Amino acid sequence: MTAAYHWLFVPLTLGLALVMAVMETLFLVRKDEFWKKAAKFWMKIFAVNFAVGIATGIILEFEFGTNWSNYSWFVGDMFGAPLAIEGILAFFMEATFFAVMFFGWEKVSPRFHLTSTWLTGIGATISAYWILVANGWMQNPVGTTFNPDTVRSEMASASAFWEVVSNPVAVSKFFHSVTSGWVTGGVFVVGVSAWYLLRGRQKQFARKSMLIGSIMGLVGSVAVMLSGDASGVHAAEFQPMKLAAAEGLEDGGRGVAFTVVPGIRIPKMLSFLATHDFNGFVPGINDILQGYTDGEGNVIPSVADKMTMGRTALDALAEYRELRESDPEAAAAARGILEANVRYMGYGHLEKPEDVVPPVGVVFWAFRLMVGLGMLLALVLLLCFWFARKGKIGDKRWLLWAAIVCIPLVYICGQSGWIVAEVGRQPWTIQGLLPVNVAISSLSAGAVKTTFFVFLAVFALFLVIEIRIMLGAIRKGPEIEPETL
Amino acid sequence: MSYEFLQNYWWVLIALLGGLLVALMFVQGANLQLGSRMLDDTRKRMILNSTGRKWELTFTTLVTFGGAFFASFPLFYSTSFGGAYWVWILLLVTFVFQAVSYEFMHKKENLLGVKGFRIALMVNGILAPFLVGTAVGTFFTGSDFTVNKMAITDPSAPVISTWGSGWHGLEALTQSPAVLLGCTLAFLTAILGALYILNNVDDELVEAQMRRSVKVGSLPFLFCFLAWLLFLLLSEGYAVAADGTVSMERFKYLHNLLEMPAVLVMLLTGVGLILYSLYLGAFSKSRKGIWFAMPGSVLVVMAAFFLAGFNGTAYYPSCTDLQSSLTLSNSCSSYFTLKVMSWVSLLIPFVVAYIAFAWRSMDKKKISSQEILGKGNKY
Repeated sequence: MTAAYHWLFVPLTLGLALVMAVMETLFLVRKDEFWKKAAKFWMKIFAVNFAVGIATGIILEFEFGTNWSNYSWFVGDMFGAPLAIEGILAFFMEATFFAVMFFGWEKVSPRFHLTSTWLTGIGATISAYWILVANGWMQNPVGTTFNPDTVRSEMASASAFWEVVSNPVAVSKFFHSVTSGWVTGGVFVVGVSAWYLLRGRQKQFARKSMLIGSIMGLVGSVAVMLSGDASGVHAAEFQPMKLAAAEGLEDGGRGVAFTVVPGIRIPKMLSFLATHDFNGFVPGINDILQGYTDGEGNVIPSVADKMTMGRTALDALAEYRELRESDPEAAAAARGILEANVRYMGYGHLEKPEDVVPPVGVVFWAFRLMVGLGMLLALVLLLCFWFARKGKIGDKRWLLWAAIVCIPLVYICGQSGWIVAEVGRQPWTIQGLLPVNVAISSLSAGAVKTTFFVFLAVFALFLVIEIRIMLGAIRKGPEIEPETL
Repeated sequence: MSYEFLQNYWWVLIALLGGLLVALMFVQGANLQLGSRMLDDTRKRMILNSTGRKWELTFTTLVTFGGAFFASFPLFYSTSFGGAYWVWILLLVTFVFQAVSYEFMHKKENLLGVKGFRIALMVNGILAPFLVGTAVGTFFTGSDFTVNKMAITDPSAPVISTWGSGWHGLEALTQSPAVLLGCTLAFLTAILGALYILNNVDDELVEAQMRRSVKVGSLPFLFCFLAWLLFLLLSEGYAVAADGTVSMERFKYLHNLLEMPAVLVMLLTGVGLILYSLYLGAFSKSRKGIWFAMPGSVLVVMAAFFLAGFNGTAYYPSCTDLQSSLTLSNSCSSYFTLKVMSWVSLLIPFVVAYIAFAWRSMDKKKISSQEILGKGNKY
């Protein structure tokens, strides 16, 4: 939940950072004051957004400890490292150079200032990478072994760290998120510029901003599609249930059709998307529940069987810990049983097989919303780019209106993506290892609810203030003399 | 590199981050001046803009401190944050408000007004050091929790660390040594704040007010600090035997201090630097007090962390169940995680260097009223 809220602010940060950096580079290269002023304007908007992003981000970090304490111990060994590295490498970079960028126009050399602007953006991007390494690990826990002596997942070797860092899920997620940030930034800039054009204000600024915004948004769109495709393949491989839920696929098989909306289907398309083979095997929800044989002939046990194995693992763990000092031999036997079944240990915490199915309706529609809006946004960006380049954008009032409408749409699109990723993996905090209800702290429901609503209220307040301030700043516009128009 | 070496190395880093965090909380201390009756709005805005260029460093250090604790001693992270819940949540709320206050305060669409955000900054200015100090105070007094790693095999109550008190951390406010440390930190950061502004803002009235603040803050700071130190050195401590069993030992922390002369030297040097900075701030014409007070604070905080964790001591003791107490070896990450992170930590000097470079180039010119009344970006 906090994560979704944080995600409201992050993409704009990533996107605007790039816009500013590009504009300031243009200023230095072309020595044109216009670009400096334009960059300064977007920087003001950036600053407001950045502040709220930081505020929500800190809660996110500490929430792992406060509300997910079991989780913190269970995976601290795997999860903490990327987080600490994020702090050392990325956060300090952002924090230091943001201050130089915002206050340093008259204090440091133009070159140093430009470097700072880029470094702020790069810092934000690096930080996105590390946090997604952590998130990607939860979706596809690689490079880890369960240690019954400490009762947690541990990094097994130094090379395991590279497995974690180069986790394919993390990599595709990173590109998907960062480039979708570019789309958000692009759409935002295009939308705001459209508003100026509709009002007949700041025409030169608006036209040039629109050009840069739409190019960036389009590049982002293409990259989002490519990385989204990779994400789909990974979901099929590591989290088949998420994919089945996103498609509302009850019964799978080979050559499965893709449902555009209920009633409209493209034959064999889903198989192609998931496996890059029109006849690839995609399991449905029922297949996963009852067990199936996948495309390569591996037999996947049913959820009920996995639960039995999971319980066996938990019992063996209890036995091992009880006997490890008194009876080393029996303990070693218990450890053997544990290791044979540990893959499914998380299933031992489930109550019934159906628990592994996430809310299908939500994930299904969120996915459709995300893809549909993404395509619409790309189309609007393309049209804006086309007409802005030809210098005719001012006449196309319908398109300008559409561009403004796209600003809220791009946020809905991003949030839907977040819902697909996070609701789709329920009930797992860590895929297959730790379900949500075991990851928690021992706090009363009242305490958790109180905190939740306090933060909800506080962040809602901040959001309202942020939007008001942004609208104010936009209304005021950049400080470019009217004569230069 | 042995496992034990890595554990100790990371405790040193945690201590260092803790020390830097306290030293950088001059931001919090300086923001208390926003409530001063002696300063007009322009001067308050000079102070706001002065801390406004630094607050993200403090904030980031806090985040990194938390992240490093999580990564190197995850059992502390899960036990303390999940258990002493309200203390940490309260701390976070004040920081959340702080994060937006700078940006929002002087915008007319901000709903809460200049005053609302000034109050938010001042609440953060008092509570942040106080709560951090109180939480660290429990490193010596102990907290009410139990750790049972078997719990995860019990589906009905799978949580490993459970907190005894329903107050979830707020009960620390009833332990006088912990509260004393909280107050010590609150006064110390107020002094650091005044010394920083003295150095960073170029204005006569501000200078006089800051020197007065240093004077006024010194006595209660010294009182709280010495009282806490006395308590600590005379109290029982949580000793860990070679096999990991925890027991109570009389004068444990005094013993630690005497058995680790290096820590004693750190403590005395740190206190000496702070005292000298107080003299510079209150009684001389020098504006450089902050450059002595900050390293001094780092040294003292590090010494305190070393007393809590080294020489066979449980750094996060449980007063309910002695054997649940957290020691460096029973709460740390695995060998490989610590090792990988140690390589990464070699980048820290580089990070410090670029921060110092940026800081110097930004602060070559002190903040003056012209800058605040001028047209450039400001809060």
